[in-house]
Amino acid sequence: MIEKIVKIKNKAGLHTRPAATIVKLASKYKCEFFIAKDGLNINGKSIIGVMTLAAETGSELILTFEGEDEQLASDEITDFFNRGFDEP
Amino acid sequence: MKTFKHIYKDAKNKIHGIAAAPGIVIGKVYLFTKEKLEISDGEVTNFEEAKRNLEEALKQSKKELTKVFSIAREKMDETRAAIFEAQMMILDDPILLKAFEERIEREKKQPEYVVFDEITKYQDIMRHSKEPYIKERAHDIDDIKNRIIRNLQKKRWQSKIAADAIVVSDMLTPADTLLLSRSNVKGFVTDHGGLTSHAAIISRSLNIPAVVGTHDITKHVKEDDTIIVDGFHGYVLINPTKEQTEFFTKKFQHLVELQKGLEEFKDKPALTKDGREILLYANVDVSGEIDIVVTSGANGIGLYRTEQILEELSEFPTEEEQVKIYSNLSSRIYPNTLTIRAFDIGGDKFKLLEIYEANPFLGLRGIRLLLENPTLFKTQIRAVLKASNNKNIRFMLPMVSTIMEIKRAKEIIEECKDELKKENHSFDKHFMIGIMVEVPAAAVMTKELSKEVDFLSIGTNDLIQYLMAVDRGNDLVSDLYQEFSPAVIRTIYHIITQAKESKKEISFCGEMAADTLAIPLLVGLGVTSLSMSPSTIPYAKRIIRYLNYAHTKQLAKDCLSCSTEVEVIHLIEKFFKEHSITRTRQII
Repeated sequence: MIEKIVKIKNKAGLHTRPAATIVKLASKYKCEFFIAKDGLNINGKSIIGVMTLAAETGSELILTFEGEDEQLASDEITDFFNRGFDEP
Repeated sequence: MKTFKHIYKDAKNKIHGIAAAPGIVIGKVYLFTKEKLEISDGEVTNFEEAKRNLEEALKQSKKELTKVFSIAREKMDETRAAIFEAQMMILDDPILLKAFEERIEREKKQPEYVVFDEITKYQDIMRHSKEPYIKERAHDIDDIKNRIIRNLQKKRWQSKIAADAIVVSDMLTPADTLLLSRSNVKGFVTDHGGLTSHAAIISRSLNIPAVVGTHDITKHVKEDDTIIVDGFHGYVLINPTKEQTEFFTKKFQHLVELQKGLEEFKDKPALTKDGREILLYANVDVSGEIDIVVTSGANGIGLYRTEQILEELSEFPTEEEQVKIYSNLSSRIYPNTLTIRAFDIGGDKFKLLEIYEANPFLGLRGIRLLLENPTLFKTQIRAVLKASNNKNIRFMLPMVSTIMEIKRAKEIIEECKDELKKENHSFDKHFMIGIMVEVPAAAVMTKELSKEVDFLSIGTNDLIQYLMAVDRGNDLVSDLYQEFSPAVIRTIYHIITQAKESKKEISFCGEMAADTLAIPLLVGLGVTSLSMSPSTIPYAKRIIRYLNYAHTKQLAKDCLSCSTEVEVIHLIEKFFKEHSITRTRQII
């Protein structure tokens, strides 16, 4: 299992568009992927789940990956968070 | 002949709202109500059949949404289209679908109950969020939830409505409006919503008359009632009398003829017969309106009311969000100009602070509020500057009453420029700054104020209100809101001549610019640019192309020596008659 702590970097936070991208990225991989924030643990492959996360800029999330391709999934998704969802 | 004023004064069957999209239409009511879905939690005996029903409902929902999504991408900006994309993804959400199936099997409950209960769980989490935008999301998700349930109950989507109906609804979602607009709807009337509601924007872009914000029209009409929608004045007449029907049928026919004639003006300049060109700009409330602006043949955007962004987001947009909006508009309208008006908050628009003001219209609003909140003001200035690289953006300050306010605002703008230079951001070095002339004090001092700015724009709505000391929303005194009062006309003339002396561009925005009765007078007073709602531009163009500048100058001279509004209106009406210009009547 891989665990990563990421910070929301873009100004607008985790709004609908990045939420959709995260789910699209996650669904390419076989491993399980969860996002945790404030005691809420959400399946990262579920768009409706990710949409419930109110993650404003600066907030921290814990990502966990578990399964055969966990390394690849973790690399790509963590990178997307670290790039601030390619937004200002 | 009777006028609109007479008709409405006597009407007992009228309902007043906000005139959201111009036009007149008479037709049958189609009540578009969101029926409350009855959810059955009955037992499922055939699990396979229940599963099949669910699959089918999901498939049908996807089909409907694909259609909505494709229209949305065509008609709306990306951010709003993204809402629909997320809704489509929900229909494929593996976790959600698995939960549906498992619960149907385990709990032996009807799929519609499981769908309702499962999605509501997520919505509850969203509703408990502290973030307002997440709460809003719960509302968006209602749409998808109800869609699946409706399809499970095999109720067909209501958009197949009788052709040529007038849709009357409490409120319309973006998806409703888009789909309904595809089925030959003749008009929209709603209980809720303002000029920037989806129904309003889409109606304007499709040229469908609309009246919104009537509060309770749905309580007063029944299916198949006949109603008249007057999208020019914001009135709806329910089951009209013979007199009303005749009056509006005539107006409607006239309008149809007129619109046919207007088509040919689209690509022609607004040139008087003796060759004076009047530039016609568009007033824009929301960025989504840009499509109509582009097709209306406008010379640019004369007034972009940025406070509407706050209204839409219900919070202050960040610098980046603003840069995005302004840049997009600037590119779309390029090479024409985009005049961005700084947030005009206060008065009746957008309550920013919970401060009680006994007299908000005379209180902290416009530039006064911006100077009191420099952080907010600077965020906007920086965003406008960053978006100015196309060199077609101008910035306008609202509600200016003294020179000091302009000087202070310019200092802040310079500070922002210095900051951006240090941060290595490029911007338009010749960025133009202008003011709205809408406070009588500013009107009197136009000569001095002109020296401080690059351009001026007369805002008639507030100018008339402050000049006549009358609240036009107050029925007891609204008669005194006289656009053609000699006091108003002389003030406008004073502003124009003083601005011209300092060779500064003077334009005109506010409802008066779109009043066909006012246009010859304004042209005669020396106005060379008018800014109005994009859908009224062709009407204005038509009038201008009938005019002779020399004649309008004489008209203006005559009007300037009148002592009552009645005399002025009489002179203008005579002018139309003498020069055989068929007016759009008082239609606009």
